[in-house]
Amino acid sequence: MKSKTILLGHGSGGRLSHELITSIFVRHFGNPILNQQGDAAVFAIEQGALAFTTDSYVVDPIFFPGADIGKLAVAGTVNDLSVSGAQPLYLSAGFIIEEGLEVALLEKVVESMATEAKKAGIYIVTGDTKVVDRGKCDKLFINTAGVGMVKPGYEQLQSGKFIQPGDKIIINGAIGDHGMAVMSARNQLNIQSQLQSDCASLNGLINELDQHREHIHFMRDATRGGLGTVLAELCDKRPFGVNIEEEAIPVHEGVRGMCELLGFDPLYVANEGKVVLVVGAAATDQIVDIMRMHPLGKEAFVIGEISQDHPGKCWLQTAIGGNRIVDMLAGEQLPRIC
Amino acid sequence: MKYIDEYRDKAKVLALVEQINQLSKHPMRIMEVCGGHTMAIQRFGIPSLLPPTIELVSGPGCPVCVTSRAYIDQAIAYSRLPNVIITTYGDLIRVPGSTSTLDKEKAAGADIRIVYSILDALEIAKHNRRKKVVFLGIGFETTSPGSAAGILKAEMAGLFNFSVYSAHKIMPPPMAALIDAGVNIQGYLGPGHVSTITGSHIYDFIAEKYGLGVVISGFEPVDVLQSVLMLVKQYENRRPAVEIQYTRAVKPEGNTKALAMLDEVFELSDDWWRGLGVLPRSGMKIKEKYSRFDTEKQLEVTVEPTREDRGCICGTVLKGLAKPADCKLFGKACTPSDPVGACMVSNEGACAAYYRYRQV
Repeated sequence: MKSKTILLGHGSGGRLSHELITSIFVRHFGNPILNQQGDAAVFAIEQGALAFTTDSYVVDPIFFPGADIGKLAVAGTVNDLSVSGAQPLYLSAGFIIEEGLEVALLEKVVESMATEAKKAGIYIVTGDTKVVDRGKCDKLFINTAGVGMVKPGYEQLQSGKFIQPGDKIIINGAIGDHGMAVMSARNQLNIQSQLQSDCASLNGLINELDQHREHIHFMRDATRGGLGTVLAELCDKRPFGVNIEEEAIPVHEGVRGMCELLGFDPLYVANEGKVVLVVGAAATDQIVDIMRMHPLGKEAFVIGEISQDHPGKCWLQTAIGGNRIVDMLAGEQLPRIC
Repeated sequence: MKYIDEYRDKAKVLALVEQINQLSKHPMRIMEVCGGHTMAIQRFGIPSLLPPTIELVSGPGCPVCVTSRAYIDQAIAYSRLPNVIITTYGDLIRVPGSTSTLDKEKAAGADIRIVYSILDALEIAKHNRRKKVVFLGIGFETTSPGSAAGILKAEMAGLFNFSVYSAHKIMPPPMAALIDAGVNIQGYLGPGHVSTITGSHIYDFIAEKYGLGVVISGFEPVDVLQSVLMLVKQYENRRPAVEIQYTRAVKPEGNTKALAMLDEVFELSDDWWRGLGVLPRSGMKIKEKYSRFDTEKQLEVTVEPTREDRGCICGTVLKGLAKPADCKLFGKACTPSDPVGACMVSNEGACAAYYRYRQV
């Protein structure tokens, strides 16, 4: 690239755009489908059901401990497909770039997307770039959309219709790492910490559980809104309730400390690599064992169960033995974390 | 976590609950006058552990909640002035004024910045010498020493474009006013952080004149339950007194350095409290000596007439006469994402705490 910073012309569709696309995007994302460089990506699919999802990423700052906006944009969309019971296949990537962004920064983000795509085993097959006047967006916004094939046996997973009293609730690790890592990276706070975002593509971990798919009654990734919101949604307007034990929920020490300091509840702090599973009681131990063998499931724990009491409500037994209701997050604990 | 885990120990909690159960014979309403306590009590589900004889009620302990709507309206009016930067703690930004909020003004183009400390506001003043930087000073003795220090620092640094719009208040007057108003309470859970600054003697008259116990409490479950136990003991033995449970932070004489700074910059004045009206000598006004840093003396604005919302019972909740759920708007027209009253906005507000941590 001749220019060291992004100019308005890089989004014009002309020569500068072409240079940006070939020297940054195609160079890092390159794959047989993208390389055709048509107006649309064309690919064949097997018979079955498709899962399709989209998400936009506006995290501030764009680099934070453990990840960056690029990794997040790939993993976030891969995870939405994965918890829907789909095998993620292809992603699109739309970039909205603020005039004046350093090309080197953009390239770092694109590299990170390419690395995560490779790790997750997916292709980025189509994309778009727009450049807006300085001040009209904050450095870089990314949208990704993704398609995947729903794995046989998972067609009804998202409806949650197989959830029943007695089912156990599992999470693959400690909560709140992402939200607090982003928070600690905001320099106005001047907090030094060792926190790392948990941002990761979960399809590998979830694939490991396929042998038990008939026992997996529901999956959801706990992102914005945190674990608390997922649990409250899980039983909202349903004929069953949720019982959770605060003591069973893994929270890293650094996250606990920072939450205490800032007055946040870890239950509502964002994650980017956490999946909540509702599984049949009989298979719980085997599923937890398999999860713990995987690098992203080492801290997997059973945190509660589905109950026939208090339908529609999630009850939390607090660490001191008191009881309270866990509701969906109202308002935002933190803005622009993903 | 050190200094936290030992105060969340289940065995200690259960032992305290057992003692409270044994000692408590007569019905007793205990009021907490600190938003931090309200939050802790709800978050840990403490009411579900207490015997039916003991009821915990929230009082006027949330600074944002007791601040008048007229104050918000005036802050909004300042934000509309040219070349003014408003700096504020985050929880004030969504509090409804009569027709707008600081949040809405910010979206409409006003320069309003959230700061975590008054020092950040001073930095902003340093880098924007041509603009007037207003710091919204609200809160009790937990935040007022910060404002005093900020003013003294601004004077030393010659930052004359900096000023504080003070709605700082002190705690004892509303505690007395509630008893005078006949609110049914038998003891106060004294505010932990306020008392770190003020010490415990400011509450002596509550025990002496009104015959009500005050126990200054920490913020962890063991702290709160131990304080409740101390209040139950006082009440059952008819020996009201001012005691400190939170001894690891509070000394009877308080923080003399901070108190001297407050005395240097502020003087007491009559002030308006939501739910309680005007209480004599309950507010903190910036002394004439520091009028260069007093927004009200430095900036002239026309403020729209204040309009209170119909149906919101914030004031009654702050007096402990109603629980948040008694309000018709609670959880329906009024939620943390779309608040009608201040008590639903602040993290420390009773309505927000009850909404977020509803008890089973």
